[in-house]
Amino acid sequence: MNKPLRRVAIFCGLLVFALLLRDNWVQFVQADSLKNNKYNRRVMMQEYAQPRGDIIVDGKPITGSTTVSGSDFKYKRTYTDGPMWAPVTGFASQAFGSNALESIEDKILTGQDDRLFFNRTVDMLTGKKQQGGDVVTTLNAKAQAAAYKGLGDKKGAVAAIDPQTGKILALVSTPSYDPGSIAGMSNQDKQNWTNLKPNDPDSVMIDKALRQTYPPGSTFKVVTAAAAMENGLYSSIDQPTSSPLPYTLPNTTTQLKNEGNIPCQNATLRVALQYSCNTVFGKIGADLGKDKMLAQAKKFGFDQTIDTPVRAVASNFPTSMDKPQTALSSIGQFDTAATPLQMAMVAAAVANDGKLMQPYMVDQLRAPNLNVIEQTQPKVFSQAMSPATAQKLQQMMETVVQDGTGTMAKIDGVTVGGKTGTAQHGINNSGLPYAWFISYAKTAQGSPIAVAVVVEDGNANRDDISGGGLAAPIAKSVMEAVLNK
Amino acid sequence: MSTVTNTTTISSVGAPNRRNTELVLLLFAVAIPVLAYANVGLAKDGSVPGGILGYGLGLGLLAAVAHLMVRRFAPYADPLMLPIATLLNGLGLVFIYRLDLEPAVTTKALGGPKAPGQLMWSALAVAVFIGILVLLKDHRILQRYTYISGAVALVLLVAPVFFPAVNGSKLWIVVPGVGSIQPGEFAKIILAVFFAGYLMVKRDALALASRRFMGLYWPRGRDLGPILAIWALSMMILVLEDDLGSTLLYFGLFVVMLYVATERTSWVIFGLLLASGGAAVVGMTSGHVKVRIHNWLDPFAGIAQHGASEAAQVLWSFGSGGVLGSGLGQGFSRLIGGIGVKSDYILATVGEELGLSGLMAVLLLYGLLIERGARTALAARDPFGKLLAIGLASAMALQVFVVAGGVTGLIPLTGMTMPFLAQGGSSVVANWALVAILLRISHTARRPAPAPAPSPDAEPTQVVRL
Repeated sequence: MNKPLRRVAIFCGLLVFALLLRDNWVQFVQADSLKNNKYNRRVMMQEYAQPRGDIIVDGKPITGSTTVSGSDFKYKRTYTDGPMWAPVTGFASQAFGSNALESIEDKILTGQDDRLFFNRTVDMLTGKKQQGGDVVTTLNAKAQAAAYKGLGDKKGAVAAIDPQTGKILALVSTPSYDPGSIAGMSNQDKQNWTNLKPNDPDSVMIDKALRQTYPPGSTFKVVTAAAAMENGLYSSIDQPTSSPLPYTLPNTTTQLKNEGNIPCQNATLRVALQYSCNTVFGKIGADLGKDKMLAQAKKFGFDQTIDTPVRAVASNFPTSMDKPQTALSSIGQFDTAATPLQMAMVAAAVANDGKLMQPYMVDQLRAPNLNVIEQTQPKVFSQAMSPATAQKLQQMMETVVQDGTGTMAKIDGVTVGGKTGTAQHGINNSGLPYAWFISYAKTAQGSPIAVAVVVEDGNANRDDISGGGLAAPIAKSVMEAVLNK
Repeated sequence: MSTVTNTTTISSVGAPNRRNTELVLLLFAVAIPVLAYANVGLAKDGSVPGGILGYGLGLGLLAAVAHLMVRRFAPYADPLMLPIATLLNGLGLVFIYRLDLEPAVTTKALGGPKAPGQLMWSALAVAVFIGILVLLKDHRILQRYTYISGAVALVLLVAPVFFPAVNGSKLWIVVPGVGSIQPGEFAKIILAVFFAGYLMVKRDALALASRRFMGLYWPRGRDLGPILAIWALSMMILVLEDDLGSTLLYFGLFVVMLYVATERTSWVIFGLLLASGGAAVVGMTSGHVKVRIHNWLDPFAGIAQHGASEAAQVLWSFGSGGVLGSGLGQGFSRLIGGIGVKSDYILATVGEELGLSGLMAVLLLYGLLIERGARTALAARDPFGKLLAIGLASAMALQVFVVAGGVTGLIPLTGMTMPFLAQGGSSVVANWALVAILLRISHTARRPAPAPAPSPDAEPTQVVRL
C-alpha cells in the first residue's frame, strides 16, 4: 500500500504548492495593480489617514484638518472663510474628489510627492506618520476680503494681480459655496453636494474669475487703443482721430451707436476712451483689420488657456470674421469674451509699461519641515506693447478715472487708471448687461495692483448697471486694501 | 545464560519518543500567538491589550494539558502535529480578536465579538482531543464501527437539508436559541472511518476483479456500485445544499482512499470523470454555484454599477498586503464586510497583515501537518490505520486547498472554513479530533513492540554435562 500512499502524499504536497504559487501570483506579481486599483478603498483611506498639508495666505493657513469618528477616513478637510477662498482652494472631499489647488497640489498636500521622498523615508524610520507639505499662495487676504465684501450678495467675480510680478492677489467669485460643507462623506455632505448642482453650467461651484467668460464690452477698448498705437494708426492720444458720427459699419447700412449724446466725432483717443466712444474704437478695429486686432489680443493672452496653476479658460477674440464683425469685436461685442483674470491682465500690462507678467497663485511649495521645495519665479508672459504705448494708455486710463466714466474709483493721493464697461448680452440684448471695471493703482514704486471686476446682474434697474456705478467701487476697495489706505 | 532472545524485526529499545521535542516546539507555538496578540494591541491602541495574561495563560494551559496527556496516553506519537495545531489555533484566535476590534464587522447583527466564543470552543476542542486520546486506546477499535459510521455520516450529511440555508448554503444544523453546528466538519472524519473500514474489507475484490481496457484495469460493473453510490450522494449534497466545496472534499476523499486501497489508477480516472461531469452539470444549473463561478472568473465585473464584490475585496486585501504585509492590526480587511471576514475569508486578513511571507508560512504549516499525516500512514503497520491516516490527511489537504484556493481565486469560492484558523466551533472541534486520531495512529505505529514472551522453542541448545 505504500506506493499509492507516497503518490497521495506527493499529490497533497502539490495542492499546497499550487496554493503557494497562487499566493505569489496574487501578492507579488499582481500586488501593485490590486493595491492601486481605483476602486480599492485603501487608496483613499491612505490619502485621508493623516492631516493634509495646508494652503497658506499671508503666512496663515486658510485650511485645516479635523478628525472624523466612525469613518474610514480619519481626517476631514476644514476651511477658514471657505466661501471667500473657494475659487483659490477648491475643495477636497472624502466622497467627491477635489479641484483647484486642492487637486493640483494634492501630492504635496498629502505628502506623496516625489520631492518629499526623503521626508517620508525619515518619517518612516523614526516611526512618525507621513506628513503633508504646505502650499504658500500669493494671495492677499485683505484684498480678497475687500473684493468678497464688495461683491456681497451680487453675482460676479474679481481678479486682482500684481502687475510687476504676476502674483494673483485676489480671486473671488460670488455667490460662492463652502467647500467645508462637502468635505466629508456623511449624508449631510451628500445632500449639500446635490444642492450645489456641480454639473449645472450655472453652479455656484464654478469659479467665475477663471472659468467664466463674459463679453468684455467697453473695457476691451483698451486693447483696441493699444493696437491703434502699436500699429501706428494714431501716434498721439491728443490728436483728433478720423471718426465720423454717425458711423456706419463697413459694407453694411447698420449704424453703430454710442451710449447717449457724447462728443465722439473725430474725438482724440483720450476723449474717446474717457467717454467710451463706440464709433471711434469700432472704426479703429475696422481700419486695422482682424489680423492686427487678433495679434494684439493674443499678446494680452486671449485665445489661450492660462495655468495659474489652476487653469483659466481661454478668453475669446474671434479668429475669423468680416469687417463689421471686426468693428463690433473691437468694442468688446460680437463673439469677444474674456475671463475677469484676462481683463486684469490687460490692466496689468498697461500698468507695468507694456510688460505682461505670467499670472500665478502658488508662491512656494513647502515640505513639512518648512524647507522650500519649489519657489515660483515671476516670468514674463509677453511684451504686450511698447513702453511708450503703455505710458500713453496710462494717461488715457487715468483721464477716465479723473474726468470720465470711472470717477468712482478715485483714491486720494494715488494715481488710478481704469476703464468701465457695460456689456450687453442675450438675444437682442435682452439680458441684463454685465457691469465691468478694470483698473490699476500706481505709486512711486510702480504699480502694485491691477484689478478686474465684473458684476453680472445687480438687483438695480437696467439704467443703473454700468461699470462706473456697480463695479468701480469694488475695484477701488480692493486697490485700497493692497495700498493699505 | 541469556533468557531473552529477540526474533522480531522491531526493536524493543525503539526510537526516542520525541516528547521533549514536542514540548520545545509547543513553547514556540504558544509564545508566537501571545506576541502576536500583544502586537495587535500595540498597533491598534498603542498598548498591550489587557487580556493578554488571560489569553496567554489560557492558550498555555490548553497546550500544557494536551502535551501532558499525549505524554501519558500516546508517548510515541508524532511530535509536530500538536504544536502545529496549537500554533494555528492560537493564530486564529489572534486574528479573530483582531477583527473583533473593527466595529464594522463586529456589529450586533453579525453576532458581536467572536474571540471569546472561539476560545471556549478551542478549550472544548482540546477536551475532545484529550478524550479521544484517553478513550481510544487503539485506532483499530474504530474498525468495528464501520457501518455505524457510514450511517452516522449519511445522517450528518443529509440533516442540513432540513434546516434553513445560511448565507446561501445549507451547511448548518440550527437549534434556535442554542446555536448551530456544521455537521460536515464531523462528517469528514466519520466518512474517513467508514471508507477505511469498508475498503479494507473490499479492496481485494475491487483491485483484482477487473478488465483490462486501453492499457488500464477497469472495475467490473458490479464493483462500481459503491463508488456510484458515493458519487450520487455527493451530487445530492451539491444539489440540495448548494455546496461545491463539501462535495469536492467528500468525493475527493473517497477517490483518494479507493486509490490507496486498490492501487488502481483507473479508479482515479473514473472518479475524476464522474466528478467533473457532475460538477459541470451542477455548475450549469445551480444559480448559487453559477454566481460563484462568475465571481471567480471575473471578480471585478460590475464594480461601477453595484460596488465591489467580496471576491474583489478579498483580492485587494491580498494585493494591499504585498510581500511583507501591513502589520498585524494595520490592515483593512474589514472592507470585505459581511459575515465571512472572520471565518471563510480569514486568510485574507492573514495575507493582508502578514503579507505573502506570513501567508506562505501559514500554508507551509498546513503542508507540514498534512505531510506528517501522510507519514503516519506510511509508518502505520495495519491497513486500516494506513487508510484512515491517509484519509484524514488528504481530507485536511483537500479542505485547505478548497478554502485557500477559493479565497485566493485559484478555484471558485466555496463556503468552507480554514481548519483551526477560521472562526467556527464545529470546525475547531472536528479538526482537533482529527489530529487526536492521527496522533493515536502515529503512536501505535511508532511505539516499540512489546517484548515477546520467551518461546521454549527458541531456547538455545544447551550442552549438558553428564
